Amino acid sequence: MHEAATSVLMDAAKRGLISPVPQTNQSANRWSLWRLMPLLGPLVLFIIWDLVVRFKLIPPILLPSPWNTLSTLFIGMAGGSLSGDFAYTLIRTLEAFLIAAVVGVPVGVLLGSNERAYRSVEFVIDFFRSTPSSALIPLFLMIFGVSDINKVAIAAFGALLIVLFNSAYGVINARKQRVMAAKVMGATRWQIFKDVLIWESLQPTFVGLRSAVSMSLVIVIVAEMFIGSERGLGHRIIDSQQVMNVRDMYASILAAGALGYVLNIVFLVLEKRIVHWSGR
Amino acid sequence: MSVVLNPMMAPDPAPAPFVPGPAGTHITIRNMTKYFAGWPLYENFNLDIPKNKIVSVFGPNGCGKSTLINMIAGLIPIDSGEILFDGKSLSETKIGYVFQNYREAMFPWMRTIDNIAYPLKLEGKSKVEVAQRMEELVASFDVKFDLNRYPYELSGGQQQTASIMRALAPKPEVLFLDEPFSALDFEMTLFIREKLQDVFMQTGTTMLLVSHDLEEAVYLADQILLLTKRPTRVAEILNYNDPRPRTIETLTQPSFIDAKKLSLEIFQREVRK
Repeated sequence: MHEAATSVLMDAAKRGLISPVPQTNQSANRWSLWRLMPLLGPLVLFIIWDLVVRFKLIPPILLPSPWNTLSTLFIGMAGGSLSGDFAYTLIRTLEAFLIAAVVGVPVGVLLGSNERAYRSVEFVIDFFRSTPSSALIPLFLMIFGVSDINKVAIAAFGALLIVLFNSAYGVINARKQRVMAAKVMGATRWQIFKDVLIWESLQPTFVGLRSAVSMSLVIVIVAEMFIGSERGLGHRIIDSQQVMNVRDMYASILAAGALGYVLNIVFLVLEKRIVHWSGR
Repeated sequence: MSVVLNPMMAPDPAPAPFVPGPAGTHITIRNMTKYFAGWPLYENFNLDIPKNKIVSVFGPNGCGKSTLINMIAGLIPIDSGEILFDGKSLSETKIGYVFQNYREAMFPWMRTIDNIAYPLKLEGKSKVEVAQRMEELVASFDVKFDLNRYPYELSGGQQQTASIMRALAPKPEVLFLDEPFSALDFEMTLFIREKLQDVFMQTGTTMLLVSHDLEEAVYLADQILLLTKRPTRVAEILNYNDPRPRTIETLTQPSFIDAKKLSLEIFQREVRK
């Protein structure tokens, strides 16, 4: 009886799938057009940029044409010296980020699971989180000297506080009902911690990690500019500006922008995969 | 010795002797007091909850229906008093709890099947034992949806079914249900109501059901516990003995209508007080 009903339903479904084909096609076309919409913004930007240069609204010595800039960017990235500086900045950013994540997430989660402990350090965390990390560069110079470690250390410090803060609040603001559900099933404090609190904090933790990687990049670039540096995008940007090599300067800025953008996307994708339940 | 240490304190009054409930009592609540924001919600509250029965808790808004079962289930601490299950404390008693808000009761990072098995894992059951119990549950609930999905991929009714299965997985002595139907549509409410009745007829698990829908409260109940406005006391305990399985026909039986009408009268009397 049930099977018969099911097979009838299946048949209907199959027929239903076949009949509205033209409609589906149409909507798919419209959909793919909509998908191109995000490209509109950059396109308009480049057209305006091109017009500004073409009509000499800004002298070419200050602003190269977009096509010159892009070709400098692509040649530089395809094995040119720009790719080397790009790699240095990327590695420093990732190093700083990794330190921040490895230290910040566990400490944040632990502090968050003991609210009193968190309250006792809250002011310090909030204070230094609100202090621009670049203001601390001279201090770090005194501690680490003019070295590669210095750039990574200051970036890691800035990123660490963001990670720590977000993970701690993730645990503090965990849905009370899930904690109660675990409690009523007889979970111990440790079981609640590892089966509920950590998972609940994952989404805010990812928000923290995403901001942290952006923060690392910002500080690494600043540090490369002002802490005697031989390589890196920050160094390259300020060097090319000094010698008025504007093409290279803009190409390096675009490279830094692309790096920040891609890092952000990577973390968004990771978050979606790992925190698959977020927003549902 | 204590007189020396606490010279201002009067000697403790002799503890009131424990008064057991009548035969067939499962949960005894004695001299329970709970204050909220300085006002008494429950004061020296006493109640006997029978074993292997379904008790529906019904009362005016804000009288603390959910608070009552949450205190019995240990989710909200009581200020003073004693709650015993067959003479045992809560920590020696296996309980199950079904929340109104199933979305925030299930763990979305686990597949539905792992959610249901979670209390068994807490008990340290082996994989074989867990699998066996899962099979039993799936059979007795006649589950038609895919338990390997994540909870958020299921409909509200399916999620609530799963959370009832989770609550029943460790074979609890008492099952608490806090307005389990109020976030569901009518069709799912009917469905889960029947499931609960099935499970109760199979297992005879003591159930405490909080409901804001009088028909639903009476339909499932052996006993309807009617509460007063705060400070909350027992207004009346009504017995409703129609045989199970109760069906749609039950809803039009004179005995059902009488029980519902009487409950409503008591409820209105209490609300107007």
